[in-house]
Amino acid sequence: MTSATQRPNPVAATPGAARSPRPKPAPPTGTPVRVTGAQSLVRSLEAVGVEVVFGIPGGTILPAYDPLLDSTKVRHVLVRHEQGAGHAATGYAQATGKVGVCMATSGPGATNLVTPLADANMDSVPLVAITGQQTRALIGTDAFQEADICGITLPITKHNFLVTDPAEIPRAIAEAFHLASTGRPGPVLVDIPKDVLQENTSFSWPPDLRLPGYKPTTRPHGKQVREAAKLLTQARRPVFYVGGGVIKAQASAELATLAELTGIPVVTTLMARGAFPDSHRQHLGMPGMHGSVAAVAALQKADLLIALGARFDDRVTGQVSSFAPDAQVVHADIDPAEISKNRRADVPIVGDCKEIIAELTSAVRAEYGPKGGPADLSAWWQQLDSIREGFPLGYEWPEDGSLSPQFVIERIGKIAGPDAIYTAGVGQHQMWAAQFISYEKPATWINSGGLGTMGFAVPAAMGAKFGHPDKVVWAIDGDGCFQMTNQELATCAIEGAPIKVAVINNGNLGMVRQWQNLFYSERYSQTDLGTHKHRIPDFTLLAEALGCAGLRCESKEDVDRVINRAMEINDRPVVVDFVVGKDAQVWPMVAAGTGNDQIMAARGIRPLFDED
Amino acid sequence: MSTHTLSVLVENKPGVLARVAGLFSRRGFNIESLAVGPTEHADVSRMTIVVAVDELPLEQVTKQLNKLVNVIKIVELDPGVSVQRELLLVKVRADATVRTQVLETVQLFRAKVVDVSPEALTIEATGTADKLEALLRMLEPYGVREMVQSGMVAIGRGPRSITATGVR
Repeated sequence: MTSATQRPNPVAATPGAARSPRPKPAPPTGTPVRVTGAQSLVRSLEAVGVEVVFGIPGGTILPAYDPLLDSTKVRHVLVRHEQGAGHAATGYAQATGKVGVCMATSGPGATNLVTPLADANMDSVPLVAITGQQTRALIGTDAFQEADICGITLPITKHNFLVTDPAEIPRAIAEAFHLASTGRPGPVLVDIPKDVLQENTSFSWPPDLRLPGYKPTTRPHGKQVREAAKLLTQARRPVFYVGGGVIKAQASAELATLAELTGIPVVTTLMARGAFPDSHRQHLGMPGMHGSVAAVAALQKADLLIALGARFDDRVTGQVSSFAPDAQVVHADIDPAEISKNRRADVPIVGDCKEIIAELTSAVRAEYGPKGGPADLSAWWQQLDSIREGFPLGYEWPEDGSLSPQFVIERIGKIAGPDAIYTAGVGQHQMWAAQFISYEKPATWINSGGLGTMGFAVPAAMGAKFGHPDKVVWAIDGDGCFQMTNQELATCAIEGAPIKVAVINNGNLGMVRQWQNLFYSERYSQTDLGTHKHRIPDFTLLAEALGCAGLRCESKEDVDRVINRAMEINDRPVVVDFVVGKDAQVWPMVAAGTGNDQIMAARGIRPLFDED
Repeated sequence: MSTHTLSVLVENKPGVLARVAGLFSRRGFNIESLAVGPTEHADVSRMTIVVAVDELPLEQVTKQLNKLVNVIKIVELDPGVSVQRELLLVKVRADATVRTQVLETVQLFRAKVVDVSPEALTIEATGTADKLEALLRMLEPYGVREMVQSGMVAIGRGPRSITATGVR
């Protein structure tokens, strides 16, 4: 038996170096060559610059896997479940800014991609999914492993294609990558029947794109930008409401310049954690259901919201009718359909956030003129600082003496530092990871915001690790989430992605339990997973079985030691079972359906907004 | 709520109708009528969609439609400056005793008889929804055995063409 410690780390190795390369001379660009549809597909993937594909072969996609064996440019990572492939592609995309690619066979292989595609659609992740399909003659006959995946994924993809002619493969792939990565990014599915992959065709690159209806606006309208700049310099209680679009647009540097030029407070949504440094004085934290009191208060009391790449999601606005009642709204987004969808915008700006923020900065400078400067926001800051000081983010140690989950997560953040990448599942641990880890850089926090996909953390961490083999990647997971997708640890162990997983094990579906505690008279229906009571599964043994190191931590004194031990293990994945108390809760909280003014800083503590 | 007529130019590709129809249903917008057909460009189809929504949701409808990759262009047609027509085929019970009366109604509405049998007449009529509704009201007393109606199609008045620009 091979010991895990002796396993090479293929992530760092040259892709395909271990295989016997059968080199094929690259034809000059544009010259058609005779190939099969499958070869055309692999060449197209090479031509668009794909480095990694996460997938599983099967009946109808089989032809594509044959030329994939010969590719020296595209590395295929054999996952254990197609859902893992999809989330890994998302983790890769979110960590690198490149398009993530996953591949599956028809029928169940394709339907297993549904959750990751919906997830990527909600969080605007550039993803291309390639699925096999039954042969053309069998489509529509309920053939073996046939599923109308284009029909199924129609509402959860940016676009999808069924390729019925092998000559169309290069164009379909080129268009898919173009659609996925431009405008508002999103997932694109390319469905290819088996006989289309087998048929002979010709391949030439680049194909011309035929997308007459696709013209995303990236340059903002100058007049709108000047209008926004005017409001921005006149406002007395302005706030930058920063969303994930700023990370997608790689506009953190531009944002920092604009924020410092104007002195305006910044809040970063769940999808935007890291877009603006947490350590920055002007940063008030995360707004929303579990946001900081200061961030929520800033939005509620603002006279101007400058929304940048954000979409006024219900988890941020709370009851939308009472959201930021006195604020005018400047709404900048690349997707015109987001503007005035949930909240009417006074100044809409459609475009790429990087360009918008840069132009807004120039316009603000012009507005200040040679002598002027930022407006006096000291009264506003005084108000916000007193809220920030009065209601800082914090937690109490559980009365039963159990380990505090918040403390564990905080320590991981401190020890792994701001250069590590953190992924999360969905639930209490996700909110604590958003609250108690300090994010200083964009694309270091990867989570499932819109869809709220439990089980996201492990495969996403795997994908992020393949994107950044040199970085430390921590999956902050819950014991519920972890049991949904931990099979990908086998992939990580075998394919060489030494991620670190912190299972915040409270033995329960913690967030649901919290709601049962608060809103269902402490009637805990079906939330006890028995992970504590029976120690089933034993996460350390499970980790070992999956080729990972398994560690356990049950006391405060042990936390730093165990995290440091996990940091030292880099030849295989590590799973740490942090056994924490089951009664810890996520605070602050705006209960679903109520207004943001009803925010509770902690149980029974309402910051009494009405009094000021 | 008010009624709006949207002319939507789309790529002539399989599945586009499903994309448009699916968008309306999942975003909770009701389609009152929808008609699809070819245009003077072989690779472009034209949908005429009638929706009953307020101004703000209408903006959402058009923005969401515009996001569909196969949608090329959307124009709202104001009934005042466009010609809007529907087609009706209706089979009316009409034996010898009432046939003349039915035929008189047909003439009044400038409709046409397209099929005749001893017990029934099949009538073809085009016009606005109001006109067709009025015709149907007149025919109902004789007994409507079967009817089929197309969605509305519409085109702007004057020399300008919505397909002249933006369609490659």
